[in-house]
Amino acid sequence: MIVEALIAVAFASALLVMLSPNEWAGRLAFALSLIPFLGSLYLWSGFDGSGNALTGGEIAYQTQIEWLEVGGRSVSWFVGLDGISLPLVVLTTFLVPLAILSAWTPIDLRQSQFYGLMLFMEANLLGVFTALDFFLWFVFWEAVLVPMYFLIGIWGGPRRKYAAIKFFVYTNAASLLMFIGFMSLVFALGDSVSSFALPEITAAIANGGLETWFGISPGRIAMVAFLAMFLGFAVKVPIVPFHTWLPDAHVEAPTPVSVLLAGVLLKMGTYALLRFNFTMLPEQASALAIPIAAIAVISVIYGAMLALAQKDLKRIVAYSSVSSMGYVILGLIVFTEYGVGGATFQMVAHGLISGLMFMAVGVVYNATHTRMVGDMAGMADRMPVTVGILVAGAFGYMGLPLMAGFAGEFFIFVGSFSAPALPYAPLFTALAMFGIVIVAGYLLSAMQSTLFGPFELATDYDVGPAPFHDVAPLAVLLVAIIVLGVAPDIFFEMIRDAAVPVVEGVSVDG
Amino acid sequence: MVNTLPQVTALLPVLLLGFTGLALLLVDTFRPDTRSNTSMAVVSALGALASLAATVWFVASGTGSGDTGGAILLFADAVKVDTMALFFTAIFASVTSLVVVAAHDYFHDHPNPATFYSLTLFAATGMSLLAVANSLAVVFVALEMVSLPSYVLVAFLKQNRGSVEAGLKYFLVGALSSAIFLFGISLVYAATGSLMLGEVAGVLGDIASDTDGIGSRSGIAGLGIVMILGGVAFKTASVPFHFWAPEAYEGAPAPVSAFLSSASKAAGFVVAFRVFTEAFPVGASLSANINWVLAFGILAAVTMTLGNFAAAVQEEVKRMLAYSSIGHAGYALIGVAALSADGSGNGAVMGAAMAHLLVYGFMNTGAFLFVAMAERWDVGRTFEDYAGLAERAPVASTAMAVFMFSLAGLPPFAGFFSKYFLFMGAIDNGFLWLAAIGAVNSVISLYYYSRVVKALFIDDPASPTALDAIDVRPTALYAAVVFAAVATVLLLPGFGPVIETAEAAASALF
Repeated sequence: MIVEALIAVAFASALLVMLSPNEWAGRLAFALSLIPFLGSLYLWSGFDGSGNALTGGEIAYQTQIEWLEVGGRSVSWFVGLDGISLPLVVLTTFLVPLAILSAWTPIDLRQSQFYGLMLFMEANLLGVFTALDFFLWFVFWEAVLVPMYFLIGIWGGPRRKYAAIKFFVYTNAASLLMFIGFMSLVFALGDSVSSFALPEITAAIANGGLETWFGISPGRIAMVAFLAMFLGFAVKVPIVPFHTWLPDAHVEAPTPVSVLLAGVLLKMGTYALLRFNFTMLPEQASALAIPIAAIAVISVIYGAMLALAQKDLKRIVAYSSVSSMGYVILGLIVFTEYGVGGATFQMVAHGLISGLMFMAVGVVYNATHTRMVGDMAGMADRMPVTVGILVAGAFGYMGLPLMAGFAGEFFIFVGSFSAPALPYAPLFTALAMFGIVIVAGYLLSAMQSTLFGPFELATDYDVGPAPFHDVAPLAVLLVAIIVLGVAPDIFFEMIRDAAVPVVEGVSVDG
Repeated sequence: MVNTLPQVTALLPVLLLGFTGLALLLVDTFRPDTRSNTSMAVVSALGALASLAATVWFVASGTGSGDTGGAILLFADAVKVDTMALFFTAIFASVTSLVVVAAHDYFHDHPNPATFYSLTLFAATGMSLLAVANSLAVVFVALEMVSLPSYVLVAFLKQNRGSVEAGLKYFLVGALSSAIFLFGISLVYAATGSLMLGEVAGVLGDIASDTDGIGSRSGIAGLGIVMILGGVAFKTASVPFHFWAPEAYEGAPAPVSAFLSSASKAAGFVVAFRVFTEAFPVGASLSANINWVLAFGILAAVTMTLGNFAAAVQEEVKRMLAYSSIGHAGYALIGVAALSADGSGNGAVMGAAMAHLLVYGFMNTGAFLFVAMAERWDVGRTFEDYAGLAERAPVASTAMAVFMFSLAGLPPFAGFFSKYFLFMGAIDNGFLWLAAIGAVNSVISLYYYSRVVKALFIDDPASPTALDAIDVRPTALYAAVVFAAVATVLLLPGFGPVIETAEAAASALF
């Protein structure tokens, strides 16, 4: 019942913070958000799951309670953890307190609502990563949109209304497409499934339970469902060319929201791709291996090139997220132990690194009120600690060894270079690797012109070292990134354990 | 459980509503000078709640269900109490209690609100009588018992031109459709020789090729059925008898709009559900060459599309809600439009429609009551006038956001489940096209529903003084709105018993 308790605590905290006075909403929210974090550490320490939850693995902390029954199929409150969901749960509960801490300086309006919505979002994110029943999962998945809409729309930048609505409509339309895709699978499974539990559905598909439905052959239904779900999740990830909501949402969102958006929300997309597309329909995935790998590589290169062209620091980080998520897709499609495992690991690593980058850019913005590369120079003189961490984070992004980003990318490249399931694997891998060079290029040039050299600022703000509660979360994140880079096994062992059954779902001939 | 009470007590929910109305009328007649708005509202609310309590108790104890000896027939079988009747009575009683509580503040300065309460309760009595009607004669009498008080209620603000005009339009269209409905009944009687629903069905199957002096009897019955369908379309505000709805809902006092668009509409559906399953069952109708399923299908598709598109272009919130309520009539019509002759999934889809109407009763009533609150505050009617209300009235605005997202079918609100189960039921029964049109409409509706949320939370008020009037805190209105919001949220986790009761009730009809 610990998983439920975490979600319930987050919901209750959200309510409590929402009703608290603005003056101490931030502190209360931070204190309360530590409870789920400690809880997730407890989950981690006692984790005894093995294998993949969807393919009959041992699910840790499992609860399954009948909820309701519709048309002969039951919906249940079904939550549990395996090696793929646990790291993401820990990532969520770890990032939320830090994001809340980083909100103390910039958020000066309707604080209780802001922190309440942040915690409400945390509760739903935890639900997304733990739910194993489709309906339960979808409820949480969609419920994440609501706080995000308000967080961007109320506390965002000048074009916040546009960005909020664009985000809402894009991702909601995508959800609908995905919903239709999944439902057509369920209907085509007919009587061979009696519930919406994901393990049961996965098993039924693997056993050839798909039937002809409305005169459409099983193979075609599976393919259509795969495409509908893939497109639906592609928007969330986001993959080029469905990425256009992301820079808008990121640039307009306040820093702490960007941290969660890049850190956790984008992982919802890749997590769902892994769970639904690649685990449930591996055959369709490998049939489409070349186009998907091509999209992944295009996302990597194109995202990086777009970042190269930006002048706004936040936009640079936002576009590089598109690029990084491309690696994750590449890792998933190659269907090797290291590819799928590395992709999952990269989700966590990117969550930490992009969180750090957004937070650091936010701290610089709080002090200078500009994010434009041309408007400032020599920030290192005035805020040395922040800048130091920012540079370290940028190196993490570039994949410097002994940092989390390196581990993730390394696993992916190892997995993808000689992947039997993907034709021309070495070529795709080499092209994707080229992205690292561009990343290094734009990050270094942006750092060079804003951070170093003599101090200069286009605005009138007096720039000094950032307050402790702004720098502390940066430091904590940097430590986490290094720890994960030095000892990737603290997560990778369990991830690999859950990734292997996914890989085994694909039979490679020759 | 053996029912030891006299059978007539099964009508307790109906009688409670009627007697409360009579009691109010009596007090108003004998003590016209000492009557008070508050005591009137309290008495009507207590009466409605007592009726609701009796209904819930009956449902819980299984009165009229198959487990306790089946439906209870009274008055020479003209009245039939079964689970479906009780389910709808629960909707009517809940909406009525919300409306009378809210009316207390809405009519705070009205010289003579006593008639309002008694008329509302009489209309509710008529609705619950409709739910138990087992003969076309009772159906007609009950329908008129709903309609006549409704005409007066719409024109209740007799100093207000809009209200009077709306009342007149409603009355004219209503009188016309009553005539059509009655003529339809007489044609059915002419063709089948009976007014009892069950007997009509028995004859209908035998008259397919039966002709006598005046032509084909199935032709006459078919014409009658189409005319009855017209009467139902009027009551449910469906195309092509929907023209009165936006006018009446807009001109009527907002609590009356809430009452009409939720309870009165549900009353129309209970007629449709019962008459078209018991008197004209799909199989018997088809063998008599009458395909009303197709007629309902076209009606549903056109109604939801027209309602949603018209709602999307409105500038006034109340009018938008009026059109969106036409759209929702289209969704609920799926409950009859997606029936098939083999009948395996009929209970599921009609049950889902019933559950949707229950959820709709709360979310739509709540939305109109929020409009009532805005009218009480004199903030204006357009989306722009609502801008920034969240800052001054956060609780009510949050409730409104809940209603809007729930009406749009977003989790984590109850509207999500009720809508999706409706669509799934349609797909399961082979009506993919209806579900597809419904889903597309749902996405469109998100656009205009989110406009309200955007205005409330994200937009800035037109002028700094625009919101000064809302220092008034109408307690009863707040209570009603918050209660409806809480119900809308709690119905999601509590959806199990609701959908199971509804499915069981609907399945008993086939």
